[in-house]
Amino acid sequence: MKKTLRASFLALSSLALALPAMADDLVIYSGRGESFMAPIIKQFEEQSGIKTKARYGSTAELAALLREEGGKSPADVFIAQDAGALGSTTDLLEVLPDGVFAEQIDAYRDHAKNWVGTSARARTLAYSTERVKAEALPKSVYDINKPEWKGKVGFAPKNASFQAFITAMREKDGEEKARAFVKGLKDNGARTYSNNTALIQAIADGEIDAALVNNYYLPRFKGRDAKFPVEQAFFEKGDVGNLLFVSGVGIVKASDDKSDATKFVEYLLSPAAQQYFVSSVGEYPVVKGVIPNPALGAVANPQAVAPDVKQDALSDTDGTKKLLTEQGLL
Amino acid sequence: MALIQKSSGGRPPLLLALPAFVAGGAMLIPLIYLLVRASNVEWSELVFLVWRPATALLLFNTLSLVVCVVALSTVIALPLALLVTRYRIPLPGLFSALFTLPLAIPGYVMAYALIGLSGYYGPLNAFFGLRLPRLEGLTGATLALGLYVFPYLFLNLRAALSSLDPALEESARSLGRSPLSVFCNVVLPHLKPAFLSGWLVIALYTVGDYGAIALMRFDVFSSAIYSQYAGAFEVYYAAWLSLMLMALAASFLVMEAWAVRGVRLSRSGTGSARPVPRRPLGRMLLPAIAFVALVLLTSLGVPFGVIIFWLARTPEAIDWTTIGHSTLQTLMIAGPVALIAMAAALPVALMSSRYPGRLSFLSERMVYLGYAVPALPFALAMAFFSLAVVPSLYQSLALLIATLALHFLALAIGPARARLLQLGPRVEEAARALGCGPLEAFSRVTLPQLLRALIAGGLLAFMVAAKELPITLLLSPTGTHTLAMSVFSRTNEGALYDAAPYAGLMILFSGLFIGLVLSNSGRSRQDR
Repeated sequence: MKKTLRASFLALSSLALALPAMADDLVIYSGRGESFMAPIIKQFEEQSGIKTKARYGSTAELAALLREEGGKSPADVFIAQDAGALGSTTDLLEVLPDGVFAEQIDAYRDHAKNWVGTSARARTLAYSTERVKAEALPKSVYDINKPEWKGKVGFAPKNASFQAFITAMREKDGEEKARAFVKGLKDNGARTYSNNTALIQAIADGEIDAALVNNYYLPRFKGRDAKFPVEQAFFEKGDVGNLLFVSGVGIVKASDDKSDATKFVEYLLSPAAQQYFVSSVGEYPVVKGVIPNPALGAVANPQAVAPDVKQDALSDTDGTKKLLTEQGLL
Repeated sequence: MALIQKSSGGRPPLLLALPAFVAGGAMLIPLIYLLVRASNVEWSELVFLVWRPATALLLFNTLSLVVCVVALSTVIALPLALLVTRYRIPLPGLFSALFTLPLAIPGYVMAYALIGLSGYYGPLNAFFGLRLPRLEGLTGATLALGLYVFPYLFLNLRAALSSLDPALEESARSLGRSPLSVFCNVVLPHLKPAFLSGWLVIALYTVGDYGAIALMRFDVFSSAIYSQYAGAFEVYYAAWLSLMLMALAASFLVMEAWAVRGVRLSRSGTGSARPVPRRPLGRMLLPAIAFVALVLLTSLGVPFGVIIFWLARTPEAIDWTTIGHSTLQTLMIAGPVALIAMAAALPVALMSSRYPGRLSFLSERMVYLGYAVPALPFALAMAFFSLAVVPSLYQSLALLIATLALHFLALAIGPARARLLQLGPRVEEAARALGCGPLEAFSRVTLPQLLRALIAGGLLAFMVAAKELPITLLLSPTGTHTLAMSVFSRTNEGALYDAAPYAGLMILFSGLFIGLVLSNSGRSRQDR
């Protein structure tokens, strides 16, 4: 028995030594999921010859980690789900060269130069094709608190995108209206879920009839199963429920490899990467000249219906968290 | 006589005391971290966040879950332990292995399997068009946890039942007691320590688990801590919740220590006990078959069935290179964890069994408390400790392995301590009396008899380290992909089918280790 022990110890320690400690890899902290980002990161490696290592987590978690690490951070690049997290991290991010903003569509541009939007997404209403008729859909996001929707709606209060939507509502329609809306959700028996995927799954499973989600989750389910019994739609033109917002990327000040990091940021804005975000992820491009994704159907043209909310208006994430905490949702 | 006093109760040698205290003392790192974080808050905010009904609800939910999981595990484990030790059944070894195998199933996979039975993607919908409402809340969480933690209690009870001297029960029968009365008045009291230590591990596990409970949408301390952290809401609130959770765990530890005090169960006679005779099942045959079938079907059939169902529907071709790579990384982390845990378990177990006293009691209980600290604050504490004190260790494989070994040390100590108590100091004393030095007596007499138990503990640590998630996620070198991380990232994004090969491999992998644990802990009795 001792011999086996010794042999296995030797085998394990030699394995550990064999693990190469490559300090010059480009280290990416990704607040966006692995299944969305891994393919495009791999494509970047193949085209640029630059080796990368990615660490995945929730956007807020990685933002907190960057803050704790400060100047000792091993990260070179930070990819975030939403403008709010990037906005609250700007002091840790390097100012980007003007060149990366050149092709940006105006609506997605931010005053801060520390990060750049890499893809856009819209808030939509996902609904069951089995239990909801398309003509019975609510006109405004405020209508889902009406009695006919009692107990039939789902939302994800801990999700950063839902919080961005509430921040937009506070900015556009005022603090009181936003508080009344959140309280209304609770009073109307709306059910809470952990994230967008769980919401869409819950509609298919028959737990709820409709849910407030981001536009690019449903196409993933539809891609695997064309008969998947869920569809999505926008509210009426200009409704805050159709919020259009960006995910983005910044270069960490502590980075020891800023030239490779800049190449990565530029790659995310290149036509190839933009086409990937549109065709494979189901998002919207932030630069012109990208072929739209036919699978988006009813939600293919968000700019026509989006509310007038600027990206920089979404940075008061703390106020939104306080509101949700008061309502017992966090 | 002087010799006996010296080896049981005297001052422990420094060689033994130092590593034991280092292991116990390392557990202070997370505690200090949490205290610093928790104190960094103004009183008014503290009242706003901490003293609110939501916190009381978390406490109530956590306690009800512990009670329900302990109850369910007991209802499953006691009959099974009696069956394999007291009745004539074919292949008792195989059944013991089958009843331990659920341990290998990661909690979130069990929860997904139970949830996966219902819903749109469930087999019931695919074959019969039947979409059941999903399991959730207290019922769902109790089932998901109870169905894979009951083996902790089963293993304890099995060991206690098979080491009980049959002469005791025979004497009671000969004095006119009925079989039922003998069971209640003679057997059950002797099982008390086994029950207590099994319940303790299960209770500690239940308060610390995150994945399965979160999937069942039941709000308890651990899931609240996780969402506070992942949402970067309020670090001090997460710290307060963690401290409350630790206080709860500490109260379990004190209660167990208090309940087990004064219980003395080692045989006083000389010679060794006969093995317990086995009875035929008789009238109990049909109920026993039905019970075993039900337990195996739910605890093993459901998760395996759902994984196979998902595997059959994996849309893309399985990427074997990536899976192979994940397997290798899992091995490279869990292997050293097991070895370090074994090495650290030895001094702690020796101290607590050979030199009982306030200090050794403290270091042993600290180790258990380390197991009870929820994984997430434990990992955070180690991350920030390394950033502040030894930045070169931050996100290194070494720190990850050390943290996992510390966290799971309690599991490695259990079997070694039990074996040491069983062995007693007599053989060692005889060796000393025959002229061996203390080190020689230990290495020639005690260690060889202890080795199997140590290995069993190490294997247990290996298994839990391989399926561990929060610590690995936070502390692993960037770019690491263990099997558990792969399962989690896929299920979290709703790609249930893609997670199947990783989940299947993980269970298979851990299943092999269960076999090894059993052959290393069970056979030691027959060896004597």
